[in-house]
Amino acid sequence: MDAILIEGLTKKFRPGWPGLPSVIALAGLSLSVRQGEIYGFLGPNGAGKTVTLKILLGLMRPTSGSAELLGKPAGDVEVRRRIGFLPESPYFYDYLTAEEFLSFYGHLAGLDRAHVGRRVTQLLDLVGLTEARTRQLREFSKGMLQRVGLAQALIHDPELVILDEPMSGLDPIGRKQVRDLILSLRDQGKTVFFSTHIIPDVEMICDRVGILVKGKLLATGRVDDLVSHGHTQSVEIVCEGIDAETVPDIRDASTRVLRQGRQCLVVLPGPKRLEEVLAAIRACGGTLVSVTPQKGSLEELFFKQQAGPTNEQAERKA
Amino acid sequence: MRQVVVIALNTFRENLRDKILYNLLFFALLLIGVPVLLADLTIMEHRKIVTDMGLAAINLVGVIIAVFVGIGLVSKEIERRTIYTIMARPIRRTQFILGKYLGLALTLLVNVSIMLPVYFGTLWVYRAPVHGALLQAIELIFIELLLVTALALFFSTFSTATLSATFTLALYVIGHLSTDLKGIAEKSESETVRMAMKAVYYLCPNLEVLNMKGQAAMGVSVAWSYQALASVYGLLYVALLISAACVVFQRRDF
Repeated sequence: MDAILIEGLTKKFRPGWPGLPSVIALAGLSLSVRQGEIYGFLGPNGAGKTVTLKILLGLMRPTSGSAELLGKPAGDVEVRRRIGFLPESPYFYDYLTAEEFLSFYGHLAGLDRAHVGRRVTQLLDLVGLTEARTRQLREFSKGMLQRVGLAQALIHDPELVILDEPMSGLDPIGRKQVRDLILSLRDQGKTVFFSTHIIPDVEMICDRVGILVKGKLLATGRVDDLVSHGHTQSVEIVCEGIDAETVPDIRDASTRVLRQGRQCLVVLPGPKRLEEVLAAIRACGGTLVSVTPQKGSLEELFFKQQAGPTNEQAERKA
Repeated sequence: MRQVVVIALNTFRENLRDKILYNLLFFALLLIGVPVLLADLTIMEHRKIVTDMGLAAINLVGVIIAVFVGIGLVSKEIERRTIYTIMARPIRRTQFILGKYLGLALTLLVNVSIMLPVYFGTLWVYRAPVHGALLQAIELIFIELLLVTALALFFSTFSTATLSATFTLALYVIGHLSTDLKGIAEKSESETVRMAMKAVYYLCPNLEVLNMKGQAAMGVSVAWSYQALASVYGLLYVALLISAACVVFQRRDF
């Protein structure tokens, strides 16, 4: 059973004025998130990430299509006992202290008083807010709010954690703490589905990623597979003892040749003519220093997908 | 039910931590005690004014709280996006609406409970008679507050706070004039006016049914059967409005 299964999800917003066209936020989105993995839902602002999360949580109804969480239809009240959610730029009841705030969400999740007390202490410690436990949330900084928000998402020890832009607004230390927390959740066997537009976060911690642009999933799969398969890799060769620019076979096969002291850097557009270039280096009496295949980055893929026509949906399952 | 209680208690706590509430309560207590300043009146006039003004203050401050807190019960949750984390929990939308309503109802109950001893204390100081009619009037005031809260909550589920306040206050005024509206309908020669006035009369709650302040100040009690019927009338309206609020809220996207 998948933790999340989305099939043909479409959401159209009716215009506020008659005659205006509908706004399509999601256009037949289909994806699945396996249990126990970290899935990064990547997309630019306005791609439809938050709308997807809202539909999953029953905050919004889809125009068509279906979504399931842990085998139950999205919006099912009971399945929400097993789900934790942190919205983007969370706003909370600022008149509550951190302790009261977490207790409130614990009780809402159906935990008993003793259990709530234990979890509140554990989670405040986990997110580093033990000393601020009796302070009202209105005195909290943005980073502290984000951390207490994460704690509320975890108060009932959910199986599936859904986070909307969990790193936005955090400083580098805060971002690292959130990344570590997400990784520790996976280690505990939980599934984490999070949306973001920050590519390095996805590259660092996600098992799989989906790229959403204009309501369509343009690619999904393992980060390594996405950045290597179907995308040109370049190869960098460093050699010495020859002037590579003057060797016709090398010059023709490369996209760039740079001389740095005794060494030459030769950049090939792909591995296709690698053997030919290596043979030419040896034939000229050169010494091979290194051969480094350059993998494409998720960032390159992201920009390429964004720039491409959206009707060429190329979903690649890992 | 547990979820409803959790939401209700949190709403009550939110209200308790709102400074405006304390200002209003202070204002009410001032109004109840202000006849002390009217020293030139005769003893009898004094007693009547103390009795009258106390009831009016309890009613007025209650209505202000019911309207201005009630209109934000749901709309504020949506505007501030606190609704996202609440509705992502195992809670039904009807439970949320009920919890918010009961939270404010509890606030009003506590508020009235604080004002009552001050009111009766003031009556005792002035040797004004304390009789059952006053309790009858106060019970009906509380029913009216519950009804006004339900009105504000209903509008709050689909409109902004400003519009909800406008609608609620308009219905509050119409509710107190509905007997006059019926009179206009009967006297009017225009069929359209007659139909419109009748429609307003039958659709809007008749809040004058719940207004026994004048009689109570004179020491005139109403029959207990009337008291019970008036209370049931008010509570039925409350049930109707909360049900309508649930239906509207159930269909909303956030």
